[in-house]
Amino acid sequence: MSGDNRARLLALYATMCRIRAFEETALAAHRAGEIPGPLHVSIGQEAVATGVCLNLQADDRITSNHRGHGHALAKGAGVAGMMEELFGRAGGHCRGKGGSMHIADFSVGMLGANGVVAGGIPIAVGAAQGLRMLGSSAIVCCFFGDGAINRGPFLEGLNWASLYDLPVLFVCEDNGVAAFTRAESVTAGAGVLARAEALGVAGVSVDGNDAAAVDDAASRLIAEIRAGGGPRLLHATTYRLMGHTSTDPARWREAGEVEAARAHEPILRLRARLLAEGAAMKALDAIEGDAWAEMSAARSAALAAPWPDLATAWEDVQDIGAAQEAV
Amino acid sequence: MADVTLIEAVRLAALQEMRRDPRVWVLGEDVARGGLFGQYGGFVEEFGPQRVVSTPISESTIMGAGLGAALVGTRPIIEMRIFDFVMCAMDELVNQIAKIRYMFGGQAKPAVVVRMPHGIWRNSAAQHSQTLESWFTHIPGVVVAVPATPADAAGLLVSAIRSDDPVLFFDPKNLFPRRGALADIIAPLPFGQARKIRDGKDLTIVSWSAAVPIVEEAVETLAARGISADAMDLRTLWPWDEDAVCASAARTGRLLVVHEAVTTGGFGGEVVARVVERLGPGALRRVARLGQPRVPVPFAPPLEDALKPDAAKVVAAAESLLRD
Repeated sequence: MSGDNRARLLALYATMCRIRAFEETALAAHRAGEIPGPLHVSIGQEAVATGVCLNLQADDRITSNHRGHGHALAKGAGVAGMMEELFGRAGGHCRGKGGSMHIADFSVGMLGANGVVAGGIPIAVGAAQGLRMLGSSAIVCCFFGDGAINRGPFLEGLNWASLYDLPVLFVCEDNGVAAFTRAESVTAGAGVLARAEALGVAGVSVDGNDAAAVDDAASRLIAEIRAGGGPRLLHATTYRLMGHTSTDPARWREAGEVEAARAHEPILRLRARLLAEGAAMKALDAIEGDAWAEMSAARSAALAAPWPDLATAWEDVQDIGAAQEAV
Repeated sequence: MADVTLIEAVRLAALQEMRRDPRVWVLGEDVARGGLFGQYGGFVEEFGPQRVVSTPISESTIMGAGLGAALVGTRPIIEMRIFDFVMCAMDELVNQIAKIRYMFGGQAKPAVVVRMPHGIWRNSAAQHSQTLESWFTHIPGVVVAVPATPADAAGLLVSAIRSDDPVLFFDPKNLFPRRGALADIIAPLPFGQARKIRDGKDLTIVSWSAAVPIVEEAVETLAARGISADAMDLRTLWPWDEDAVCASAARTGRLLVVHEAVTTGGFGGEVVARVVERLGPGALRRVARLGQPRVPVPFAPPLEDALKPDAAKVVAAAESLLRD
């Protein structure tokens, strides 16, 4: 199995460390007033993006949600462009016009984070349909949270993908909480897998804090999709260690719940496994140190990077009937 | 050159473009059965079910999947069946399609056409009769087309399909049987150019979509009464032909805007405001808007007829503008 391979575990570890370091660095920058606007971090959920994206190829596409830094990094989005985007700078992937909630890097097949829950689902199925029409063998991976399964596009999109046998991996990143509300308190029935199965989309549940398990499950589902099996769904349970946004302390959670969850967070777990299997602590420390150094350098560079030229505010609205600056 | 109905003209326009560009395809309910109005008749036989995709009644995903397919390089025609159903797909249209190019810094141009047959038609009542085109002019990122003749509808649809911008194309339901000349090869018609209905000197009348035949009838009545109206069909509302309207209004000093939509908040208000901004408040002697009252479209024929603009109301409004 792929996950048994030491190099593969180290690759998972490295990507998770980079996502964690990116988001912790961004949080620090946000607290320091360097990053404006809302920031939704996925600290504690890194194994899902990492384990899934390790099984994707360069021309595969992903759609993401408002908590999408990890998805973008795992798909290969450039760190400098991501950090500059968070800072609203000219060199950001979106030229400073999108920010954290709208990170996209089309050059690596990352078709965009999304500020609307479930917003990426119809886009993902359409991308898969378009790719097939163009004769491509690429697949599409669609990340969304447990809150999204209560929105109409979830039902529509899964029905659609199933109906047209589209090559889509739906990934429900189930952190158990929809914004400030426990998902179970607003979700009826037997859950996401049952809903998917009712629509003809087969799926599996996995411990989403176990990167190797996510890797294994995603690897199997993606192989089935690539073999022409149609869409699949991966239900990955995880835990959001932080609040909904960077400024949300999430005090409604019972005392001790977060501390207990920290013991199961994915980076520590994989680290413990690697050490138990004989990996050198020094090597793991070096991976982590490199990740922090990379993100720290990206923060400094973003802080020093130029703001967008004001003229760019008028650009990329539309070709026909574009508003003119001097009205 | 052929004499065709409006619905046949738009069928021929989409057919021409699908033959020209294999990336163009259509998705929506019943399109493989020719579409609700026959506007895709014969398409599935020629292009197959991969390019003529009859979909579930899933407006959000019809719209959003069209966007996703555009992001990987195809050029979808997104058929909404009836305009009013776009309300089920507003996130995908307003938050996604209209924003994605800007928000992602130009990484993607969503080259979609969203077709929304709109307006009062065969007593279809309040949920199948609306004309809310002014909403969409308020949204940066989209083009808004509101044709009224077979040639204009065909030419604008060709432009829409070839455009890299998202184009919201309002097929005028009640004008589908309208006949007119259509060239054998349909040339793209530029957005933002008004069509003159009649030259005149006494007042300016501006209209679009289903209001155009009403204005055409009214200007003949007015001419018979010695009133010479300078009337035009805007054809597109974003961009719209401010220059043509301002030039005419500057000459006549009287401006009447006629649309089927509710007057309050309708695009007529924008037309008047821009003319006043550009010409100055002293340039116009009289201004009026004629549309529906702020009432949902009723079902019973006498009620529907009583509320919607017609030629007699246009004539009355025009004559009133000349009394000062």
